[in-house]
Amino acid sequence: MIMELKDFIENFSAQFDDTDASEIKAGTEFKELDEWSSLIALSVIAMVDEEYEVILKGEDIRNSATVEDLFNVVKAKV
Amino acid sequence: MEGYNPFSLDGKVVLVTGAAGGIGRATAIECSKLGAHLILTDINEEGLKVTLEQLENQEAHRYIIANLTADEEIDKLVGEIDKLDGFVSNAGVTKPAPVKFVNRTDLERIMSINAMAPMYLTQRLLRKKKFWKNSSIVFTVSIGGVYTTVFGNAMYGSSKGALQVFMKNVALESAMNGIRCNSVNPGMINTGLVKSGTYSEEDRQKDMQTYPMKRYGEPREVALGIVYLLSDASSFVTGHSLIIDGGKTLY
Repeated sequence: MIMELKDFIENFSAQFDDTDASEIKAGTEFKELDEWSSLIALSVIAMVDEEYEVILKGEDIRNSATVEDLFNVVKAKV
Repeated sequence: MEGYNPFSLDGKVVLVTGAAGGIGRATAIECSKLGAHLILTDINEEGLKVTLEQLENQEAHRYIIANLTADEEIDKLVGEIDKLDGFVSNAGVTKPAPVKFVNRTDLERIMSINAMAPMYLTQRLLRKKKFWKNSSIVFTVSIGGVYTTVFGNAMYGSSKGALQVFMKNVALESAMNGIRCNSVNPGMINTGLVKSGTYSEEDRQKDMQTYPMKRYGEPREVALGIVYLLSDASSFVTGHSLIIDGGKTLY
């Protein structure tokens, strides 16, 4: 599967309700976003499972600072 | 009072599902130390062998490999059992996901292993009159779903809620036959289920702080609750849920 950063950012942003998608870019440190929460972390894990068939671990989220970091983790596992 | 032990399981024949690890394995070990004759079952033969090696009085026990989500395998298992004094249902799986990500594949798998398999197995064992009078059924339920509600736990919690309700119905309908039915409801216990990876070590450390006793439990600490419910020490206890959670539900 060819995985595009642009699509990943879109899928990632969709897990937020109050944060405008324009605020989320490749370099965004997502854990610093006001809306970031443990529920959104679980949603990101579930989204990655559904869209990319990759099982992320809690540590993968913890060790990623930016959206692109997480994209790279997923990409390496696809 | 030498030899006095109201918790003894001496000579009792006990079926344990999910016996290849975690709470099931710990239960088998404790039951064997108290004199029970065990029938272990799981889908994982390697794990069953490891459990069997850890039991006291090894020749008194046996294992039967079975996938309890398949009717024919339940029938085969029940067919290989003569009479039981106890049945402990442990097998369980989880996959944390928010409600928005609930899906048929995961939900049906979790419901099927955690709730429907023990329901069908109990139904068959009762229908085929596999229990002696004065026997005991114990379901490993959870505090999750029944007493606590946490993010991502909808599928697992629903399965455990279903099992909790089923337990009470079995208790009611079996009481006149001298068959008791109860549950243990553990908080987080250090088993493969908890270590499976969706939560990081940091998440776990933080979660432990929500327990008044500041730690997760060990499988043996649940197993000993199960022993109580299997033994004659609980002979007037039925339809009860024994919470084993280091005080988590006090909050």
